[in-house]
Amino acid sequence: MDRLHLTQHISRQFNSEIEDVRRQVLAMGGLVEEQIEAALHVLVERDAAASAEIREREQRINAAELAIDERCAFILARRQPAASDLRLVLAVMKMLADLERIGDEAKRIAKMAEKLVGEEGGTEVTAALSDLGVLARGMLRGSLDAFARFDEHLALDIMRRDRRIDETYRRLFAVLVARMQQQPEQIPVELDRLWCARSLERIGDRCKNLCEFVLYLVRGKDVRHSGLAKGDSPPF
Amino acid sequence: MNAAFQSLPPSAASSVVVEETALRTEALSLWYGKRQALSDIDLDVPARRITALIGPSGCGKSSLLRCLNRLNDEIAEARVAGRVRVGEIDAYAKDTLVHDLRRRVGMVFQKPNPFPLSIHDNVAYGLRLLGIKRRRELDERIESALKAAALWDEVSSRLDDSALELSLGQQQRLVIARAIAVEPEVLLLDEPASALDPAATLRFEELLHELAQRYTLLLVTHNMQQAARVSHYAAFLHEGRLVEFGDTDALFTNPRVRQTEDFITGRYG
Repeated sequence: MDRLHLTQHISRQFNSEIEDVRRQVLAMGGLVEEQIEAALHVLVERDAAASAEIREREQRINAAELAIDERCAFILARRQPAASDLRLVLAVMKMLADLERIGDEAKRIAKMAEKLVGEEGGTEVTAALSDLGVLARGMLRGSLDAFARFDEHLALDIMRRDRRIDETYRRLFAVLVARMQQQPEQIPVELDRLWCARSLERIGDRCKNLCEFVLYLVRGKDVRHSGLAKGDSPPF
Repeated sequence: MNAAFQSLPPSAASSVVVEETALRTEALSLWYGKRQALSDIDLDVPARRITALIGPSGCGKSSLLRCLNRLNDEIAEARVAGRVRVGEIDAYAKDTLVHDLRRRVGMVFQKPNPFPLSIHDNVAYGLRLLGIKRRRELDERIESALKAAALWDEVSSRLDDSALELSLGQQQRLVIARAIAVEPEVLLLDEPASALDPAATLRFEELLHELAQRYTLLLVTHNMQQAARVSHYAAFLHEGRLVEFGDTDALFTNPRVRQTEDFITGRYG
């Protein structure tokens, strides 16, 4: 677990502060994962029963973001962390924002999917939305694993999976546009489906960001805007 | 311990409601001759926590510490007004015995000051003054104090060696052992790590954390980062006045008083 020796300070207090932050991020990530799961249930199984639970979880995710952000500020003020300690705090503060936005996307999907519960979607579109959901959820799980294990290889692997989400999204986009042209009266419903697909695609992008911060944390290299996810070789 | 303290509001400079107070000053002022060194200090020192006193040189940090176990008694022109309470004891009451106060409120100085005696006899010194003479009880209490000061493993085989042969870091831990052997309530620490190298300083800070589980620690330090790292509460003094007292997390991220902010951000001091 502790490849970066983050819990080997002389100060045991500092060790536990760092470990607490890491654990809290993983717990928040777990909540966000559950939120995606719940949203997919509404979208794919057409079951809107969980909407109160989704709202409640949204509040817990927001509270976790604030609490972890505050802990990070205290660590910066009190410990003046350096090197891997500093990178961990900086990476966590940025990851929090992406995790919270992923939670927002999931809530948005659930909200639009509720409207679609009574609508006949067709097997092809439902299957494509389900595929997108499975890919997005898998990317989040993988990003959190990469963070938990400080595993840069896994992070790179997850980043490259974003292309599969993008391709699936483009195909689904074309299908939905064609259906709108054929049945203009169905445009509002198809747009809702499109927004759901768009949110799942955005979750993939945000998971890519999470992985970029894991790479920064482990390797000290900022790989944003480097084309790494498109298959370029890593700069290390 | 001090139920009477809990009903009182915290001082104006304080944002903290202290759960249990080990030591309290009320309108404490100090003069050296005509010069006033401390003005109306109201401070509640929380029990079994580390409270750091910070502020620029000459702000009164060490003077305040010296008032708390009446070290200023030794200075002829020093005059004190106000009150210092340690638990139920009024430190400056006529019937308070100074040596009893100093047993309750121990002091550790900047430079380690072991007596030129053996390691054993340094720790035994205060215990013998308390009337403990039986060899077995002495040895048990010495071992327990040295263990609590994280020194036992390094000296257990050479307790009869001179204390002056120890490294500075070890000497400072020996002085801590000597202070806690007599089971004080409060430990005053005046720049205790300033003579130590960075690694010894971090080990010493770790020891302070261990000690805070049993004792109340009041730490004067010039090193603001040390105050930030090690303390639970921090008090900022300026020109003999208590400007701000608060939870260290809050004081170092969002101080309430501009003067505190200027000091901890290096704009002043």
